[in-house]
Amino acid sequence: MKLYELTIHEVRELLAKKEISSEDLTKAVLERIDQVEEKIRAFLTIDREGALEKSRKIDEEADFSGALAGIPGAVKDNICTKNLKTTCASKILGNFIPPYDATVSKKLKADNAVILGKTNMDEFAMGSSTENSGFFITRNPWDLERVPGGSSGGSAAAVAAGECIFALGSDTGGSIRQPASYCGVVGLKPTYGRVSRYGLVAYASSLDQIGPITKDVTDCALVLNAISGWDECDSTSVNMPVPDYTESLVADVKGMKIGLPKEYLGEGIDREVREAVLAAARTFESLGAACEEISLPHTEYALWAYYIIAPAEASSNLARYDGIRYGVRAAGYGDLIDLYKKTRSEGFGPEVKRRIMLGTYALSSGYYDAYYLKAQKVRTLVKSDFDRAFEKYDVIISPTAPTAAFRIGEKTGDPLKMYMSDVCTIPVNMAGLPAISIPCGFSQGMPVGLQIIGKAFDEATIIRAAYTFEQATDYHRKKPVL
Amino acid sequence: MEFETVIGLEVHVELLTKSKIFCGCTTEFGGEVNTHCCPVCLGMPGVLPVANKKAVEYAIKAALALNCEIAEFSKFDRKNYFYPDLPKAYQISQYDLPLARKGYIEIEVDGGVKRIGINRVHLEEDAGKLVHEEGKGYSLVDLNRTGVPLIEIVSEPDIRTPEEAWLYLNKLKTILQYIEVSDCKMEEGSLRCDTNISLRPKGSDKFGTKVELKNLGSFRAVRRSLEYEERRQREILEQGGAIVQETRRWDEARGITIPLRSKEEAHDYRYFPDPDLVPIVIDREWVEELKSGLPELPDARKKRYVEEYGLPAYDAEVITASKALADFFEKCVSQYHDPKTVSNWVMSEMLGILNETGREIDEVPFEPEHLVKMLKMIDDGTISGKIAKEVFREMFDTGKDPEAIVREKGLVQISNEKELEKIAKKVIEENPKSVEDYRNGKEKAIGFLVGQVMKETRGKANPQLVNKILKELLN
Repeated sequence: MKLYELTIHEVRELLAKKEISSEDLTKAVLERIDQVEEKIRAFLTIDREGALEKSRKIDEEADFSGALAGIPGAVKDNICTKNLKTTCASKILGNFIPPYDATVSKKLKADNAVILGKTNMDEFAMGSSTENSGFFITRNPWDLERVPGGSSGGSAAAVAAGECIFALGSDTGGSIRQPASYCGVVGLKPTYGRVSRYGLVAYASSLDQIGPITKDVTDCALVLNAISGWDECDSTSVNMPVPDYTESLVADVKGMKIGLPKEYLGEGIDREVREAVLAAARTFESLGAACEEISLPHTEYALWAYYIIAPAEASSNLARYDGIRYGVRAAGYGDLIDLYKKTRSEGFGPEVKRRIMLGTYALSSGYYDAYYLKAQKVRTLVKSDFDRAFEKYDVIISPTAPTAAFRIGEKTGDPLKMYMSDVCTIPVNMAGLPAISIPCGFSQGMPVGLQIIGKAFDEATIIRAAYTFEQATDYHRKKPVL
Repeated sequence: MEFETVIGLEVHVELLTKSKIFCGCTTEFGGEVNTHCCPVCLGMPGVLPVANKKAVEYAIKAALALNCEIAEFSKFDRKNYFYPDLPKAYQISQYDLPLARKGYIEIEVDGGVKRIGINRVHLEEDAGKLVHEEGKGYSLVDLNRTGVPLIEIVSEPDIRTPEEAWLYLNKLKTILQYIEVSDCKMEEGSLRCDTNISLRPKGSDKFGTKVELKNLGSFRAVRRSLEYEERRQREILEQGGAIVQETRRWDEARGITIPLRSKEEAHDYRYFPDPDLVPIVIDREWVEELKSGLPELPDARKKRYVEEYGLPAYDAEVITASKALADFFEKCVSQYHDPKTVSNWVMSEMLGILNETGREIDEVPFEPEHLVKMLKMIDDGTISGKIAKEVFREMFDTGKDPEAIVREKGLVQISNEKELEKIAKKVIEENPKSVEDYRNGKEKAIGFLVGQVMKETRGKANPQLVNKILKELLN
């Protein structure tokens, strides 16, 4: 038995029976990191000492009441961890050590989870391949020549490679689901407002959500339980009771109505991906659900509206990185303006600069109505498409991404092509809905993800659908060979 | 050509909430640099603002006191610009949906009442401060003030003279102090004012090109800078020139305005709704509750003083200009029969000493009861009006009870006729010239002789009695 291959629910049993200690488990995972990290490069920071110390402390206190107690997880590097470097994979925050914990970090710690380190990502979560990291690229454990997806590529790759038992990612336009799909793991973006954003370094505030990346759906429910809930530090978190998501781990979709939007299966979607999704629909039908083709007519506009709204918010959110108070300040500047220019020119990578410029332009006086306001209207239309569909259907299924993981360097020269890899996930963020990506097949040996979209605050139903599918298939059991 | 001046004011006022507008840090003025801050107001990566309900409440109270309509739906927007005193590189403010609109303030101009419209009142956060190290090639940043709640009050361009601007500011300050939402201390920066001024041919209904004035450190500076700018613009226009739309800085020492930046250099703030904050939906019942909780405002109080106490309008105006002063006055009046006498003492003696010593009304060390006690001592002849002024001064210096002062200093009025007669005789002997004048019909000469007796008794003699005794002796 290789400890690093186990899931949360499997190690919880072993820990409870005292068959292993948290230290054993943490050591096993750290050894795995030693073996494969050189190839994968999933981590920006590995807190070896901190993790071991914490695991020993947990063993000593023998308090395993928390669902994640004693279990080593990884945190995306845009989630603040007190006294542990948090860079957002950007040179401009290359030396930033937060003096405070994000609410989710606090919750993990309160649950006695062991934080192994911080995972690589596209700089400030802007990207779909983790190639935009300001430090190095991360490789897909299934094929080291391919990207792990992004922006939470480090988290997804680490889970797939057994370099952690679970991980947290963040999702603004697909950044949890798309890498989960590329790496053959489970990733869930909660409803906007379900998980506190306090301490998540903002990319696009009205779209960002933190969520779990795990090895299976059961683990996903466990991590979601641990991080969900209203937070007085986040006005956009919603004060609603959070159900126990493990109660949704029931293999039963009888009578469930599933919508299959034609806009997500047409042009631009890889044939093998489409077939895997259609096969998944048949699986659901065989389990007693009813699948019907539906239409979400404004889908084609969602991506373009997203590339107005997200950069607009980003241009403002990233303005604080000016080299004055924290982070890296460029050397050899003249006056104040020069300090700003040098610091930001040297500190930000090309994709971040592109989006800052896009967003600044979209908000400029005289252009606001034509771009930002118009994009917000499109957003309303995208949302009302979903609202209408959910009057009739319990969940909507689609591919998570149009293709399986692409080759490193394949799309870096063409930003629009890169942007298209989020075409199936972006509308969900625009509508603020929850969605999960689970493995549903392979395309040329690379994992394919199935996206299950739910009603707002109805994570329970998508977890039930995902769990039922998982129980009926064995895609999630396939592991990359490293 | 005759010109008409058009002035509008933008006033920023810090609210007296205990904590900042979007985090829990204290709003206390001063303090060691960068100690009144936390990750949120420092704009650390990942932090989020949460609106302070008290700040919204104070802003609504202020807007109500300024006769504004309170919006049912309002929101926060980001005003984006780079500056080292602004940690997030945007200020959370309100753009197209302010908290309140369409109010007014009434001022007295030429004996009449003039209404100055208020365009809007909105909430925003304050920025920090830069400390410039002369000649060191760097500046330091103090973020204690960052995130202190502010309201911005924008007037309509209804003001026509620098004097009206001054009156508007004073009235605004008085109202905000009355409702206790701000202390409006310009020297501590809790009230700040920018002005817009333009000139147009008299009778024209189009606005002229406006100039914005900044760096106004006092109400006096507001008035002086407007007077200067009015003159400068008139001279340019009279010579056929054109006004440049720009922002100018008031140079207090030189008494002139200097160009700061032109219209072309103006910022594009790229306002957009702050996605981190939910819209403010204001409950009507809450507004009604706040409205009914407002104290009596200065205009209403002034009217009552004239009608109920029979005070001259001028006295009522001066006393109600400060809530603390009016409260003091009213406490006295509740225990004393003659409001006008109280008003005289408060206005001349009390304000005189406050002005002279630069103290505030809340620093007066004695109670209204003490002043009343002193007035009663005049009435019953224990002390003279003149001695009372000495006693009053002593009350200010020591905070002691007037009875104790009179006793300790031996200031009781001399009403003993025999004793006074003795002194009067001596004075008559020493001033034959005045005596002669009086006997020759110069009635006024007696005043000099009374004065001499008062001098001999160091002011303690009862002046009416002295007058009577002298007349008896001389006739």
